[in-house]
Amino acid sequence: MMKEHVLKYITKGLRYDGRKMDECRPVTVEYGVSRNAEGSARVRIGETEVIAGVKLSLEKPYPDTPAQGNLMINAELTPMSSPLFETGPPGEQGIELSRVIDRSIRESKAIDLTKLCVKEGEKVWSVMVDIVTVNDAGNLFDAGALAAIAALKDAVFPALKEDGTVDYSKKTDKKLPLLQTPIEVTIVKVGDHLITDPLPVEEEVLDARLTVAFNDAGMLCAMQKGGEMPLSIEDISAMIDLAQKHAKELRKKLSR
Amino acid sequence: MAAKAVKQEYPKRHDGRGWEELREIEAKVGIIPRADGSAMFRIGHTVAYAAVYGPRDLHPKFMQNPETGILRCRYNMMPFSGHGERVRPGTSRRSQEISMLMSKALLPVLDLKDYPKSVVDVFVELPETDAGTRCAGITAAAMALADAGLVMKDLVVSLSMGHYNGKIMADIDGYEDCDVGISDIPIAYIPTLDKFSLLQLDGEVPKEDLVKLLTLAKKKAMDIYKVQQQALKARFTESHAPKKVK
Repeated sequence: MMKEHVLKYITKGLRYDGRKMDECRPVTVEYGVSRNAEGSARVRIGETEVIAGVKLSLEKPYPDTPAQGNLMINAELTPMSSPLFETGPPGEQGIELSRVIDRSIRESKAIDLTKLCVKEGEKVWSVMVDIVTVNDAGNLFDAGALAAIAALKDAVFPALKEDGTVDYSKKTDKKLPLLQTPIEVTIVKVGDHLITDPLPVEEEVLDARLTVAFNDAGMLCAMQKGGEMPLSIEDISAMIDLAQKHAKELRKKLSR
Repeated sequence: MAAKAVKQEYPKRHDGRGWEELREIEAKVGIIPRADGSAMFRIGHTVAYAAVYGPRDLHPKFMQNPETGILRCRYNMMPFSGHGERVRPGTSRRSQEISMLMSKALLPVLDLKDYPKSVVDVFVELPETDAGTRCAGITAAAMALADAGLVMKDLVVSLSMGHYNGKIMADIDGYEDCDVGISDIPIAYIPTLDKFSLLQLDGEVPKEDLVKLLTLAKKKAMDIYKVQQQALKARFTESHAPKKVK
């Protein structure tokens, strides 16, 4: 019923909340929202709210990258944030969200992982970013990605004790070595219409979804197509153009 | 929590509070529009969000009770919320026990007989913690249940009391719990019934002191109770009227 209703109006060029097709809801970014995290941020897009937190720890490097820090990005679709999310291990939706955000940060080489090496082959900094949904009012991809990069920008190294272990009670003023600020934008296609910043009702009726990440220079650095319908070159090109336009707007929201 | 330290002098509280003084309190109702009811409760640097969904169908079916609806709570610390290392996502023995205790603390004020075979889910998430998390969770959850429009006998108020070297104190924080090693006594209190629905003790307390401590806990609970009531009233005044986006 709801789906038919939403579809009927989208084909007439009308959205459920009265927005224009390419109109984004108000976006806010708040830094330093959880003091035990080394970095944290809260992002709101309309009524969607996510919190991201960064924890740093000293770990053994992976055997194939002995002189590089570790990066781990995890998203939790909490049952608190939507009646559709369940308790228990992450489902495919949560895993996709984690991986899409991970890709934007990893592939844009946002963090200089070589600078996170303390002792080659033995000790490196591990950067763990957790994105937690508070309220799902649609577009968790863009909100989650923005929160993740904001939390990384907010992060500082904790102090070290004399024995070289981490002293979590003290923070230094040393920031993470960030090289890029990737911005991720999702465009969805419903019928012949391209929509920015979808609501849950729009996500339910979408035919295809394209999430594109852009680096500081505006270069594409990660993509993910979702939805059941295939896309033409023309579709893809139009979706990327639209995404790029919105990435510029979102990037501005990161300034403090 | 961490092992208790050897008893040291603790002549005054490290943050300058009086022995009976609570940390700064903030409460807000309706913070999660997607939920049927929701609330935030902050005490010092401990922040709890609570969301209520339901009454809704309960699956798996064998858990359904044909006589009454059931209450199901889930307590979860966000991975970056704790002091020290990252908390791994998913349930732990600790979080499962706390989830169960939260249900028991809240159930006495509810009557779910009108909702057979259904469940009321309460999800508590903590973005930032500094001890007293289960208490902040229960206090937030009570407001969220009221916000969801469920019939309730009363709210439930919860806080953590402390006892150290013969001294009674209210609302101990993370430093006092872990570094000083103050005995931690989380309680939940139901004002209209004048009864406690959560009581735990982590440490040593003589019985006479416990009785005094519970008397003080009731008094302090009433301070928090007022804040809960104000937050619920604020939710339903014009400027905070509920808005729903599906």
